[in-house]
Parts: sequence; C-alpha cells; structure tokens
Amino acid sequence: MKSAVIVFPGSNCDRDVAVALEKIAGNRPHMVWHGETDLPEVDLVVLPGGFSFGDYLRSGAMAGRSPIMKEVITRAHKGKPTLGICNGFQVLTETGLLPGALMRNAGLNFVCRDVTLKVEHANSAFTNAYTNGDEIRIPVAHHDGNYFADDDTLKALEDNAQVAFRYKDNPNGSQNDIAGIYNESRSVLGLMPHPERAIGAELGSTDGIKMFESLMASL
Amino acid sequence: MKAKVHVTLKSGVLDPQGKAIQHTLSSLGFGGVNDVRQGKFIELDLEETNEDAARAALTDMCEKLLANTVIENYDIELIA
Repeated sequence: MKSAVIVFPGSNCDRDVAVALEKIAGNRPHMVWHGETDLPEVDLVVLPGGFSFGDYLRSGAMAGRSPIMKEVITRAHKGKPTLGICNGFQVLTETGLLPGALMRNAGLNFVCRDVTLKVEHANSAFTNAYTNGDEIRIPVAHHDGNYFADDDTLKALEDNAQVAFRYKDNPNGSQNDIAGIYNESRSVLGLMPHPERAIGAELGSTDGIKMFESLMASL
Repeated sequence: MKAKVHVTLKSGVLDPQGKAIQHTLSSLGFGGVNDVRQGKFIELDLEETNEDAARAALTDMCEKLLANTVIENYDIELIA
C-alpha cells in the first residue's frame, strides 16, 4: 500500500499518521507539502490532524483551498481512498467531499481524552477489520468537533449507512453522536478521533490499528 | 472601494458561543437579553470601482471562502 500524507502549515499529526502507516505497510508514506500541485500515484491520501493555518476563519477553511487540494479533490472524485482525521475531517467538509460541517464544541471546551466509539458500519476499506457494534477506545483532541448537518443530510447519512463511528458518550454535541462519516461510495472517511494515536500499548490503546490493517488488506 | 462582509450562523444552527455570551451578560446583570448570536465581520479594501462588479466578486469570495454556506449566511455592504 502506497500512501501520501498532506502536510499543511499547522498540521501536527502528520508524523503520527506516517508512523502508523509505516508500521502496518512497511513503507514510508510520501509527505506532500500543501503548496505542491503534483501528487504522487498512491493508493491512499491522508489529511492529518492539527490546526492548519491556526484554524483562522474556520477550522480547515484555508487548508481546503490549498494548491494541492485541487488534485486531492479530483482523485477523491475518481474514487481514490481519502482519509481525513480530526483537522483532516474538517478539511473534507470544507471542500464538500463530505457533507455537513464541524462546529465549536457545544461545551465550548477543548476536549482531549480517550473516548469510546461504537463502530456503526464497518463495510469500507477503512474499517472492514472491525465488526459492526464493536466498541473501541480512541483519543480525541479538538475544539471544533461538533458535527452539524441539516435534517435532510442527516437522514441521508443514516439511510445510506454512511455513519462509520458514533460516540458512546458524546463529548462535543455532535448530531446523532456522529464521530465519523463516509461519503456515499465509502471511498472517503472523515473522523474526529485519532486512530493513529492508538496503535500501541505504550500509547494506551491498540484499537486504532485495525483501521490501518483494513486499509492494508484492501488497498 | 471598501466592503464590509458580515457572516452569521443560519437560524436553527446551535451557537454555543452566543449562548455563553448571553449567559455571561445575564450574570453581569444585563437582564432581558432574549438571544445572542455571534458572527464574523470582515472588512475588505478592493481595487474595483464598479459597484456591480465588486458585489459579484464579493459574492464569489463569500461562496468560495469567507462563509461556509452549509452553516452560515453572509451579507455584503459596499462603501463607496
């Protein structure tokens, strides 16, 4: 599996996700600066966590319009698997690759702790090593993770089984306890929790490994 | 030409910051504040001198960057 991690000014989980990808795939991902316009031929594109452009204007707003994103969006529209974690999820909603928006946490606090997620639909290249209904412990660390979409969009997400993960104990006010969603064809996944920070006992949890194993087995 | 753009949350979208401001106003003794909605104010200085062209460009800017139309409305004010 060949992968690329897009690096924005203010990304801070780019190296974490690179470590996770290398641990599972055995090769280093391409680290691609946001100002580039060429993207190498890869099987997976990752938009990492962090605070791109200092969250100015809106989280992910500037990053979503970075030069490299034109190519990322083109490939995603062609079905190239694209994973957005935390700030990467915010970037995916800002570009319209995923519906809805991520707003300020309902409690206004930055939430940084392990949370329990329920695996809602594990039928994708990102999640097929999990089983529907699994409960996993993964850290979250965000200020703007409060998922919002209008009623029609929410209904479509639920009807099409596009909710990948739900919070067991909602930390941020997200509608329908949504922690992560797919696009319609399940080739794009965005989630607020950080599976790349749960890949070893020394990190407190190994529950994130299966996401990278799913990708490795699928791509 | 100068322009002022106001970006506000659509009605029906929860505004936790507005709620917190309302709560703090209340604790400061400012009663009778029924609701508070927080938004953004962006001031732009444009080379364009034609009002219609400026408004069209600003609308494009709002749609593409300044507002997230999933959750926000925008209002453009031109100052000659």
